Amino acid sequence: MMGHLILRVVIKLLFAPILLFGLYVQFHGDYGPGGGFQAGVIFASAFILFALGFGIKETQKRLPPTVLPFFMVFGLLLYALTGVLGLFMGGNFLDYYVLAPDSHHNAGQHIGILLVEFGVGVAVFSAMMTIFYFFAGREPEIHDADW
Amino acid sequence: MDFFAQLPALPVVVPFVAAPLALLMPPGRMPWLWATLVSWVSFGLSLLLLEQVWINGPITYAMGGWAAPLGIIYYIDLANALVLSLVTGIAAVVFPYAYNSVRDEINHSQTPGFYTALLLCLAGLTGVTMTGDAFNVFVFLEVSSLATYTLVAMGAGRDRRALTAAFNYLVMGTIGATFFVIGIGLLYQATGTLNMLDLHERLAGQDNRLVKAAFAFIITGLGLKLAMLPLHLWLPPAYTYAPSAITAFLAATATKVAVYIMLRFLFTVFGFDFPFLRVALDFFLVLGIAGMFIASLAAVFQDDVKMLLAYSSVAQIGYMLLGISLGTVDGVAASLIHVVNHAFIKAALFMAVGIVVLRLGSHQLRAFQGLATRMPWTSWGIVVAGLSLVGVPATVGFVSKYALLSAVFAKGGTMEIIAGFLILASSLLAVVYMMRIIKVMLEPVPTEGPFARNIAAPPLMMRLMLWIMVGANIYFGLQAQPVIAIAQKAAATLLGVDSGEAF
Repeated sequence: MMGHLILRVVIKLLFAPILLFGLYVQFHGDYGPGGGFQAGVIFASAFILFALGFGIKETQKRLPPTVLPFFMVFGLLLYALTGVLGLFMGGNFLDYYVLAPDSHHNAGQHIGILLVEFGVGVAVFSAMMTIFYFFAGREPEIHDADW
Repeated sequence: MDFFAQLPALPVVVPFVAAPLALLMPPGRMPWLWATLVSWVSFGLSLLLLEQVWINGPITYAMGGWAAPLGIIYYIDLANALVLSLVTGIAAVVFPYAYNSVRDEINHSQTPGFYTALLLCLAGLTGVTMTGDAFNVFVFLEVSSLATYTLVAMGAGRDRRALTAAFNYLVMGTIGATFFVIGIGLLYQATGTLNMLDLHERLAGQDNRLVKAAFAFIITGLGLKLAMLPLHLWLPPAYTYAPSAITAFLAATATKVAVYIMLRFLFTVFGFDFPFLRVALDFFLVLGIAGMFIASLAAVFQDDVKMLLAYSSVAQIGYMLLGISLGTVDGVAASLIHVVNHAFIKAALFMAVGIVVLRLGSHQLRAFQGLATRMPWTSWGIVVAGLSLVGVPATVGFVSKYALLSAVFAKGGTMEIIAGFLILASSLLAVVYMMRIIKVMLEPVPTEGPFARNIAAPPLMMRLMLWIMVGANIYFGLQAQPVIAIAQKAAATLLGVDSGEAF
């Protein structure tokens, strides 16, 4: 137990800054390097680090695997429905200009890409966590019945 | 929103938005109903699109309002619209059929995931057929392929070998996709564009190693995806161990879409002024004939009906390649006609096998013993679809064989005449392997062994959908004109991107 103390304290210290960095990469992705995919992976890496130090059971208590499909669906739908919104407002699919047609600063494009990238981020985060949970939660031994 | 202006986006957008929603539904009937509804809507939209293209000519749709060549455009001419209608049409028949079969073969709690993957596969396939952007083809190809690997692996509930089959398919399919995207990358380096029509213009006059390498990579990658003969090894196990409904859907759509995209790259992107194209076409002639014989011979010796039909699918790909290799409007049209007709044939056959699997739990040839007395409707379905596969008049198989033969003899070279007789000879092999199945079906019902038990009549929905597909075999065999007319015009537009005659 004591052997893990330093690791656990460091993980607790790093956890919040990693999440913050993930959010930075997410929302600064319009202007700098980054975007939804990278942000989702960084965000998930914080939880994976937590699982490495505290075990998969503790992690699943804080982020239950049952909520992950909802995150996945939410992310994908946010992307797709932003595109469909363009359809209903008179543009083509994924046309963001119609979201703010009177803007001189291409505000529509900014809103559109922000929403879409946020959808990507959420979907990637939950997909990463699902993959991690499945691999980490596997039975270490293969039972005879599984052959 | 102007419905008709937005029509080209909808066959992709509708299944894409519907897919994640299916994941949240309670397991069982709901996701199936949803998927079926979506497949019908997509089919309706595709038919509307086909009508629009038939009347008004090719449609261009700019995604996000970004014009070509910078943006991604959907470019729909008759060739796309035909394949699109085929894919969604098969989906509209196979999805309702799937319910009983899936309830039997797939773990109850996995059904929402199953239908989500199925809808994503549909969205990917429609996306591949509609896009006019070379890189977008790769993206959608991977959307559909990844969904397909999952769906094949879900056959593991019935037979664990589905897992290795899916893994083989994953490895081979990914190599194919990688080759394809390397080819696209090289083309991008050579031209600086990804739009297909723009690529064609900028490739004109270029005949250097870079473009040749790109061509070779793209053709090999697509060859893997469409199971061209020496690259076909992933197909038979994947089709054999996949869930029944998935086999019926994939056999009728996935390789067909790959054939379409091969046509698109050969003729729209590269075209006849690219001298290297003829090398590929000569290769297709040899590979097509080799496929017809080697795969048919392999089919003759199979004891597993799904494996037999899967090898037969590889052989039929040979006919399509032969049609393409002629490089004439008639040849490409014959290839397109066979794409449509073979989809009807194989969907019907695999659907019939799925009914047998549901009731007897096996697709070994032994399980078919006495089927003619046990399941007369299903047996007749197999017989009619089998005759269609052989190419008996009044079925779709005859229409495509006739179109292919007349194209071959119209071309008139020595190689082509020989190929014509080889087509007839290989049809006899189809007679042999279909007769093996029919002979076993006519034997008396077994009185001992694992298949000796009494069985209930198959569910009405499955029989109904099977017979809609068998009916399509006969209907389009008698009323062949619409498909032939569309395919002829589509082939003319495909080849007509080049000015002047082919060759």
